[in-house]
Amino acid sequence: MIRWLLSGDVPRQPVLVVVLAAILIGLAFTPFLFPGTRTVDTAARICVFIVLVASYDLLLGYTGIVSFAHTMFFGLGAYGVAIASRNLGAGWDSILIGTAAGTFCAVVLALLIGLFSLRVRAIFFAMVTLAVASAFLILVSQLFAITGGEDGLNYRVPRMLTPAFNLGEFLGQRIDGRMIGYYLVFAVALALFLLLLRIVNSPFGRVLQAIRENDFRAEAIGYRTVFYRTAATCLSAGFAALAGALLAVWLRYTGPDTFLSLDIMIDILLMVVIGGMGTMYGAAIGATLFILAETYLRGVMGWAAEATGAIPVVTDLVHPDRWLLWLGLLFILSVYFFPSGIVGRLRLWRHGR
Amino acid sequence: MSVANNAGADQAAALPGPGARERLGRAAPYLAVPLLAAVALVAILAQGSSLPTWVTLTVAGLAMGVMLFIMASGLTLVFGLMDVLNFGHGAFITVGAYVGVTVLLWLGPAFAADNVWLNLLAIVPAIAAAMAVAGLGGWFFERSVVAPVYGAHLKQILVTMGALIVTEQLLLAIWGPERIPINRPEALSGAFLVGDAAIERYRVYATVLGLAIFGGMVYVLRRTRVGLLVRAGVENGEMVQAMGYRVRVLFAGVFIVGSALAALGGVMWALYDEVITVHIGQNLMIMVFIVVIIGGLGSVEGCLVGALLVGLMTNYTGFLTPTLSLGSTILLMVVVLMWRPQGLIAVNKGH
Repeated sequence: MIRWLLSGDVPRQPVLVVVLAAILIGLAFTPFLFPGTRTVDTAARICVFIVLVASYDLLLGYTGIVSFAHTMFFGLGAYGVAIASRNLGAGWDSILIGTAAGTFCAVVLALLIGLFSLRVRAIFFAMVTLAVASAFLILVSQLFAITGGEDGLNYRVPRMLTPAFNLGEFLGQRIDGRMIGYYLVFAVALALFLLLLRIVNSPFGRVLQAIRENDFRAEAIGYRTVFYRTAATCLSAGFAALAGALLAVWLRYTGPDTFLSLDIMIDILLMVVIGGMGTMYGAAIGATLFILAETYLRGVMGWAAEATGAIPVVTDLVHPDRWLLWLGLLFILSVYFFPSGIVGRLRLWRHGR
Repeated sequence: MSVANNAGADQAAALPGPGARERLGRAAPYLAVPLLAAVALVAILAQGSSLPTWVTLTVAGLAMGVMLFIMASGLTLVFGLMDVLNFGHGAFITVGAYVGVTVLLWLGPAFAADNVWLNLLAIVPAIAAAMAVAGLGGWFFERSVVAPVYGAHLKQILVTMGALIVTEQLLLAIWGPERIPINRPEALSGAFLVGDAAIERYRVYATVLGLAIFGGMVYVLRRTRVGLLVRAGVENGEMVQAMGYRVRVLFAGVFIVGSALAALGGVMWALYDEVITVHIGQNLMIMVFIVVIIGGLGSVEGCLVGALLVGLMTNYTGFLTPTLSLGSTILLMVVVLMWRPQGLIAVNKGH
C-alpha cells in the first residue's frame, strides 16, 4: 500500500525514513502537537513550499533545466484565487474558478516560453525566464486596478475557513475554520506531492532523467527532447500555480513580495539544492529545514548582531537584514561540495562511501 | 524584424546576379537598426508628435544602446570563448557604479567645478578605479567561482547567480541600503540644440565613447594576434589548445577585460541615471541578457546591434506606451528568435 502510494520510489535509507516520517507526522498533527497561530502558519507554509519546491525539482533536478520564472507561475495561481475571490465574492466556486484560471494561464505561458526558448538552446531558457519573470513582476506592480499593485490584494474566503466558524472541541483543541483550512492545505499538498512522485517515477519521468544525463543520446534514441522538456516545464508550472493558489487561500492575501519577488526564487533554489536535486524527498526535507530556519534563525541573527554590537564590521554582517548574504554563501558552497544534497548524502552514506 | 526579412527577400529577388541575396542576408541584421528607427518615426509622427521628439528619443536610445553594449560585450565573449554563462556579470556593473561614484564623491570639488578639465580630472580616476577594482574582482571571480564548474552549465548558472547575490549583499553591508544620488557636472549636463531637437550632451558623449570602444574592440579582435587567438578560441577552443596556446590564460584575460568593461558601463549608467542602488546590476542584467540573446551569444558585432535595438526600442516604447517598456524588448527578442533562432549574428561553432 505504502509502496503503491509512493509509486515504488521508497526512501531506501533508515535515517531518511525516520526524517520523512517525522516531517509527515509533525505536519499532520501540528495543530495538536504545537498549538499556536505562529506554528500552524509555519506548518502551512512548509506544506505549500514542499509542493512548490518539488515542482521546481521536476524541472531542475529531474530534467536539468534552470528556470527563474517559477515564482511567476506560483504567483499566477495565487493571483487567480485573489482576483476571483475579490470579484466573484467569497465562495468555494470562486476559489475553484480562480485556481483553474491561474493554473491555465501558468501552463499556457510555460508552453509559450518553453516552445520558443527550448527549441533553440536549453541554456537560453534561464535567461529568457529571468527576463519574462521580471517583466511580469513590473506588470503586476503597474496594473494597480486589477492586482492591487505593490500593496497586493486582501480578500475573503468561504466562512468555513474563517476563525469564526466553530465545530466544537477535539482533544482539547477548538476545531475552527483555521484548523479546517490547515487540513485542507495539508491534504491537497500531500496529494500533489504524491502525484509528483508518481510523475517522476513514470516512464515519462525516466525520459526526463535520460535527457538530464545526456540530451544528445536521448535524442539519438528517438525521444523528442524539445517535447519532453516543454512538457516538464508546463507540468512544473501547473503544480507551482496550484501551490500558489493553496497559499493564497491560506493567507487570504496576495502580493508581489509574498509570491513574486526574486528573493523567493532564491529561497526555492536553495531549498532544492540543500535537500538534494533530483529527489522528491529532498524537496520535502529542504523546504522543511529552510522554513524552520528562516522562521526561527532570524531571531538568532538579531541576537548575534546585538551581542557583537561592539565589533563594527561583524555586527553589520550578522544583522538580520544580511540573511540573504549567508544564504547565498551557503548556496554556492552547497553546489560545490554538496551537490546531491542531504538526501544524496544519506543514500551514499548507506552504501558505505 | 520579420518585416526586414520580407523586404530583404523582395529586394534580393529584384537584384540580378548570384550573391546579392546572400550579401543582403548578411547585412540584414545591421539594417534592422535603421529599420526600427524608421518604423518608430512613422509611429511617432502618426501619434501626433514631431520630428524633434523622434531625434531626441533616437539619440537617447543610441546612448542607452552603447552603454548596454559596453556591459554586455564581456558576457558574450566569455560565453563564446569558454561556454561559460555568467549570471554574476551584473555584479561587476554594480561594483563599478559604486566604486566610481564613491571616487567621484571624494573628488567632489573637482567634479562639481565648472571646468571641463577639472571634471575630467575627477572622472578619469573614477573610471580607472572602477575598472581596476572590477578587473581584480573578475580575476578573483574567475579563479574561485567559475573555474571549478567548467563544462557544467547547470552548476555555472546556479553558482554565478549565488555569487551575484553575495556581492549585492556585501555592497549593502558596506554602503548601506540608501540610494546614492550623483549629479552630473555642468560640462556633462545641458543639451545641444539641433533645430528644434534638444539632445542631451551626456548622451552624445556616451555614444561617442561607446562607439570608440566598439571600434577598439573590433580592431583588437580583427587586427592583432591576441584578437586572432580569441576569435579562433571562440570558434574552436580545443583546436587552439592543441596548437599549444593556453586558452585558459586567454580566457582569464577576456574575463578580466569583460568585468572591467562592465564596470565602465556601470559608471556611465550611474552618471546617466544620476542615482545608484544596489540592484542596478540585477536590473540591467535582464536587459543585457536580452541583448546577447538577440545579438547571438559569442558575437561582438551582434552584441552591438542587439544593444542598439534594445536601447532604441526601450526609448521609443517608453514614449509611446510607457507601461510596456520591458515587455516590448521581450517581444523584440521573441520576434528576432523566430526569425533567426541563433540570434542576429550567429557564431559558427567548430564543434
